[in-house]
Amino acid sequence: MNTQELLPSALGPGEELPVEVAVGSYRLAVRRLRHNMGALLAGVLFLGVVVCCICAPLYARYVAHTGPLDNHISEQVTVGGHRRDVVSLIGIPIGPTWHARFLLGADFNGRDVAVRMLYGGRNSLIVGFSATAITMIVAVLIALFAGYYRGWVDSVLTRILDVIWAYPAILLGVAIGTSLALGGISIGPLQLSGGSLYIPALIIGFVNIPYVAKPIRGQVIALREKEFVDAARILNASGLRIMLTEILPNLSSTIVVLVPLMIANSILLEAGLSYLGAGVQPPNPSWGTMISDGVKLITSSPDLVLAPGLMLVLTVLCINIFGEGMRDALDPRAVRRRTRR
Amino acid sequence: MNRFIVRRAFQAAIVLGLVSIFTFLIFQVIPNGDPAARLAGRTATPEQIAAIARSWGFDRPIYIQYLHTMGKIFTGSVISYTQQINVVDQIRRGLPATISLAIGAGFIWLVFGILVGLLSSLRPGRLLDRTLGFLALTSISSPVFVIGSVALYFFAYRTSILPSGGYVPLTDNPLHWVEHLLLPWISLSLPFIGFYSRVLRGNVLDAKHEDYVRMARAKGLSSRRVLVRHVLRNSLIPIMALWGLDFAGVIGGGAILIESIFDLRGVGQYAAESIQVLDVPPIMVIVMYTAVLVVIMAAIIDVLYAYLDPRISLNA
Amino acid sequence: MNDGKHLLEVDDLTVSFETEVGRVRAVDHASFFLNAGEILCLVGESGSGKSVMTSSLIGLTRAENASFSGTVHYDGVELISAPERTLERIRGGQIAVIPQDPMTALDPVLRIGDQIAEQIRAHTDVGRAEAFDRAVELMDRVGIPQARTRIRAFVHEFSGGMRQRIMIAMALSCDPRLIVADEPTTALDVTIQAQILHELADLCRETGTALILVTHDFGVVAELADRVVVMYGGRIVEQATVTDLFDDPQHPYTWGLLGSVPRVDRPRSARLPTIAGAPPSLVRPPTGCHFAPRCPHRFERCVEVPLLEARLPRQPGHRDRCWLNVDEKRRLRLVGGEIGLASGAPRTLA
Repeated sequence: MNTQELLPSALGPGEELPVEVAVGSYRLAVRRLRHNMGALLAGVLFLGVVVCCICAPLYARYVAHTGPLDNHISEQVTVGGHRRDVVSLIGIPIGPTWHARFLLGADFNGRDVAVRMLYGGRNSLIVGFSATAITMIVAVLIALFAGYYRGWVDSVLTRILDVIWAYPAILLGVAIGTSLALGGISIGPLQLSGGSLYIPALIIGFVNIPYVAKPIRGQVIALREKEFVDAARILNASGLRIMLTEILPNLSSTIVVLVPLMIANSILLEAGLSYLGAGVQPPNPSWGTMISDGVKLITSSPDLVLAPGLMLVLTVLCINIFGEGMRDALDPRAVRRRTRR
Repeated sequence: MNRFIVRRAFQAAIVLGLVSIFTFLIFQVIPNGDPAARLAGRTATPEQIAAIARSWGFDRPIYIQYLHTMGKIFTGSVISYTQQINVVDQIRRGLPATISLAIGAGFIWLVFGILVGLLSSLRPGRLLDRTLGFLALTSISSPVFVIGSVALYFFAYRTSILPSGGYVPLTDNPLHWVEHLLLPWISLSLPFIGFYSRVLRGNVLDAKHEDYVRMARAKGLSSRRVLVRHVLRNSLIPIMALWGLDFAGVIGGGAILIESIFDLRGVGQYAAESIQVLDVPPIMVIVMYTAVLVVIMAAIIDVLYAYLDPRISLNA
Repeated sequence: MNDGKHLLEVDDLTVSFETEVGRVRAVDHASFFLNAGEILCLVGESGSGKSVMTSSLIGLTRAENASFSGTVHYDGVELISAPERTLERIRGGQIAVIPQDPMTALDPVLRIGDQIAEQIRAHTDVGRAEAFDRAVELMDRVGIPQARTRIRAFVHEFSGGMRQRIMIAMALSCDPRLIVADEPTTALDVTIQAQILHELADLCRETGTALILVTHDFGVVAELADRVVVMYGGRIVEQATVTDLFDDPQHPYTWGLLGSVPRVDRPRSARLPTIAGAPPSLVRPPTGCHFAPRCPHRFERCVEVPLLEARLPRQPGHRDRCWLNVDEKRRLRLVGGEIGLASGAPRTLA
């Protein structure tokens, strides 16, 4: 994927022949990305969300003066000069006050929605990123071994991928989540309690493996037919070395494109699992659990669903827009998909 | 071609076997604690747990347990101890709603996904394409339960245009059947429409630049003919494959979230309720049936694909 | 000027594209003509603009980022400004194309018979059955065995040579007056390249169809061409009848090409002669003659774009783009007694 740019050539007797400089595909990609205003904006917005969520403890301590798990169900708060119940007698929580305390209102347990949104975002993002890390590492490894060695290694690994892939992601997530929620997991060195945050991360990471492994395996198979692999083999490079030094670098652009996609998918899956009760366990907040709580009160307090819902959509949308921008930047064929110049 | 079918069927059988083993592992082996207690649920007495242990063979070696489990699942004799009902009966009761949801949504998302994708690909990079692309991305980024809840709020609670949930069988009242399913269909379809339109748009734009399309133009075929005969045929084949798999997933309870929000009392909702109370037997059965459905569907699609795209059977 | 004698007349054609890296001038003021029944060979390196030129003749390069100037007259009709409908009528019917790679040029999911028949039915008013019969006839004619059964096959079931024969069959299907073949044998086995080319040339002579054959192989040129056009860096640098080109080449690039053809009647120890350097960038082309940076005979005047002109009184159809004086050319092109391009630094001339 090299583009050639010529240095300007002066002409005259005795001049040297023009030299051609190859611009690497990443440089070209970065240049394309820089021109993509939408993608950059989305990326910045997403970073903003991440930063806000990281600062959740700061917000909780200094602005809202309450934690995500503290319930104020029987308390009152002063808003605009009036004292109001945090949660009314018939169970309707206060709406957004647009003040430091209960900025976005309270939930059915009297907890500060804004604080929970930030902490919930933290949890959702942690699960999303860790799950993606697990998926990418395991899937790339599987794809490399299956695609490079082929034969029975490939058959076995592909069958395993087929098995995982046979279950709709959320159903599998639910199945494993329910199983593990009851007792946690203990396989050899891996010991996690039922309420650990890593359980959803593991589940989601695991469930998504085929969606990454299959396409990358296809690429590995195509790459191993290329001449540079033959050349390495002639030079007596071991299989492992070829995989790491020849094939893996050529997978980098596919991997780079898949990562944001997987983060987005993981966050959505986590939200779905948490909504059903098979993901992040209450009382820990997550955008999914907040929405499921909010649905119960949707007639009186729709903002309990809208706030975390909008946050979720916005965050995932930003990741997707940025991801698509990256894909356009790296894929030379994408140029023709944007014929406007 | 026949050899291909046989080979594919054989592969499917192996995967099915592995799926059954894997399901068994997830539910009975990997988690901590006593499997009998897990099956029994939260409200069980020690006597019940002991009885369950005997019935499922938890006092026997692991492969006997596996056989017991699979036997129960496939003879439809798994019982939910918490609710004291036969799981398969309950599933059967929920099937009409789930199938209605799946078929309606499947039809909508296929038709609109293709339409939107085609519209986008007509003039790539222009305003219509960019707008549709943005909308598609937004719908892909929205979880179905958010779309569903918001739709429910605006169309059923805030206004009363549509009912707020429940399922009316087609045979009882077709109009009401549609009314009750309209919001669920749309909510479920939106993310798929977004996704399918992007995939189709990509396929069409790629196909338009293929050599055989260029050649077709060079032969003097009108652009409309080129589009329909060459571009669309090649672009739609992968879409059909995707659709088959997604459809199978929805039927098997993948629409778990939508059914819960709209109280359709289908198979998915049954699974969701079981999760709430941590009632394991129904979840186990539903997951198993869904996986079987998907594997079979995948095999059928592969065969259809090979039939439509003659390159495939050679490379398998 | 279209005096109605030539089947195809290209006049000052320029094709440019706006790309990410700048404006690319793929074809630069090209002018040539073709008579009915003639075989014209279009010669040049990769990147010389020959493929863009042939595609542009029938409007296949039209795009949002493409701009054209100049004219192409086919049988009295101007093609560059012609509406798409007119071009659709001419493509495949009057002017047929044989592409470089027959594998990718055929739709992988449609049967061969369908693809031949669709071309026939686009240009003639026949029913499906009749179109299929004609397709079988054509496949027979180009030498595909068991045509009646093979017509239901798919493209991947044929070998490379057979595929190209199918393309030839498709090209002939509507009795075109001109066939444009873009390096039709590059994707084929060396052993059948010659055979396919000869078959193609024979069929053309038989039917009186003119042929533009794009190639980089001078052996092919010598055997089949009536006339030759040499392209470099988007420009036509020389055009002549085949005998005039081989006997009296006027452009240093042509000398280089002729000189680099391996000879069986020479001792093998000598290294194959090459032309030093690389083709010019079409984004930032050199000012003046595009070949000058690589030309050992360049001099002061070469910073001015040489005009494509006939400079030989007895060869009015022989045109070239080189400022050198004819006698100088005839002297300089002899390297070691044979026609070729001298290597080394340019010598200053008087």
